[in-house]
Amino acid sequence: MTAARASALRIETPEGVVFSLRLASPVLRALAWAVDGLVIAAAGTVIGKTVRVFAMLGTDWASALQVFLYFAASIAYAMIFEWYWRGQTLGKRLFALRVVDAQGLRLRPAQVVLRNLLRAIDFLPAAYLVGVTACLISRKGQRLGDLAANTVVLREAALLEPDVERIAPVKYNSLAAFPHLAARLRSRVDPEAVRIAVTALAMRDGYEAPARVELFGELAGYFRALVVFPEAAVEGLTDEQYVRSSVRAIYGR
Amino acid sequence: MILDLPRFVTAERVYWNELQAVLDRMRLEPGRRMSIPEIERLHYLYERCSADLVRLDTFATEPQLRVYVESLVSRAYAEIHETRARAGRIRWGALIAAFPRAFRRHLAAFWLAVGLTLAGCAFGWFAIRADPDAKAVLMPFEGLMGSPAKRVAEEEGAKTDRLYGHKASFSAQLMTHNIQVTVMTLAAGVTWGVGTIILLFYNGVILGAVAADYVGAGYGQFLAGWLLPHGAIEIPAILLGGQAGLVLASALIGWGERATRAERLRAVAHDLLAIALGTAVLLVWAGIVEAFVSQYHQPVLPYSLKIAFGILELAALSIFLARVGRE
Repeated sequence: MTAARASALRIETPEGVVFSLRLASPVLRALAWAVDGLVIAAAGTVIGKTVRVFAMLGTDWASALQVFLYFAASIAYAMIFEWYWRGQTLGKRLFALRVVDAQGLRLRPAQVVLRNLLRAIDFLPAAYLVGVTACLISRKGQRLGDLAANTVVLREAALLEPDVERIAPVKYNSLAAFPHLAARLRSRVDPEAVRIAVTALAMRDGYEAPARVELFGELAGYFRALVVFPEAAVEGLTDEQYVRSSVRAIYGR
Repeated sequence: MILDLPRFVTAERVYWNELQAVLDRMRLEPGRRMSIPEIERLHYLYERCSADLVRLDTFATEPQLRVYVESLVSRAYAEIHETRARAGRIRWGALIAAFPRAFRRHLAAFWLAVGLTLAGCAFGWFAIRADPDAKAVLMPFEGLMGSPAKRVAEEEGAKTDRLYGHKASFSAQLMTHNIQVTVMTLAAGVTWGVGTIILLFYNGVILGAVAADYVGAGYGQFLAGWLLPHGAIEIPAILLGGQAGLVLASALIGWGERATRAERLRAVAHDLLAIALGTAVLLVWAGIVEAFVSQYHQPVLPYSLKIAFGILELAALSIFLARVGRE
């Protein structure tokens, strides 16, 4: 029995801080590999044209140089880029993937070389069949090369600065007109419920209308049960507006 | 208790931006050495952002904000907790010595690779002696299918250089092919050693079958003169690839070891790298010798000279592996 495939790698630092890194899916890895394959093919064409210069020394030597350089390029391409770009090739950079140590540390040269040498096995019998199968079976989505080198491939999170206005825009909030009740709401609310409400507000356009009505109905019911605001504050508010106003009040807006 | 998110973001954003700038610079300039105050500042920023992440975990917040701070903390963690030495200037002496040292650290795996190959040789030898028709199955290569007598007569009586005009490209093809075979022998160790064992045994079978074919026909001297100049390096190189494959398999299996698989693999990774690089260099040499020396026979090159050359190479390789880098 193999363990279920995880979507994230959880790391606990010595300071007790836990963070998780998103693992890359085999599909994205295959796309990145396809791009890298094209880059290597293009490099082969460039090498072929460049070594023609050496034909003046003899076609035999030019041909030998071409065979050797293409071989070196196809083996060394991923090793050089993954080392120099800290776990990224051109294809991986394009799809925001990165190879890291399975403990979340920086990659070492030995790890880079080993995981790339073992492509020879992962590629078998064709088109990375062994590697893809290993990825699907492995809990951390590791191909055999990753397993031996103790590496994982991550999907990098886009470093977007948090947009506070998106979740708590500065608009008139009828609940905030009663600061003592807003403070009571803030002290009674379960953080997990606020997390769900914030996510629901952020993703509201993605829900089907009936599901959205039901979801915000349940959330509004939860917030209404915590603190009873005067009728003047809640009159005419839909469930969704009530949830939005509650979140704004909780965040002090 | 709920975090006052706008106030929190306003207060902490400046530190997040600073940490992001430091990490971006480290990524863009991997060779740059940081000063002590810069390292202290990085450590402070990492701890501050870690604390922010804990606060975001403890109190309700927006998921995107958590992803942002988490990403900063994970990047800083990789930089700060990396205790393994950074790759500094390449020291060629240490690099050259790393190969024989790695070889000597795993001698048992090397002898096992030799044993498996010899077992294959014995099988190939006896199979061909018992049934000469098995050649087509055991060594299905065009160059080896014909009769040894015919080949020896052709090569010794050749009036022209059949490799004239493509010796260098032939040499490059031999190098790349042999490196691929050796890498495959190493990489097959990841199949818990099964692949490496099969490849070593099969290489032995071919070697034993060829030896039985030529020695049986009375051309032992031709065989030694043909194989030794490049084989004295190429065959040990494939055995070294097998050694690395068996070391990898042993680290994966970890019989009787208390260390985790990751720790075992980390412990042998540098040795595998040293053996792989050293073997690749040996195979480049073997490729040159095979194209420029091995293919020429008596009367162009006397067999005694070729055999002596092969023995000298083997002796030099043995001394290199046994002596270089000894403490």
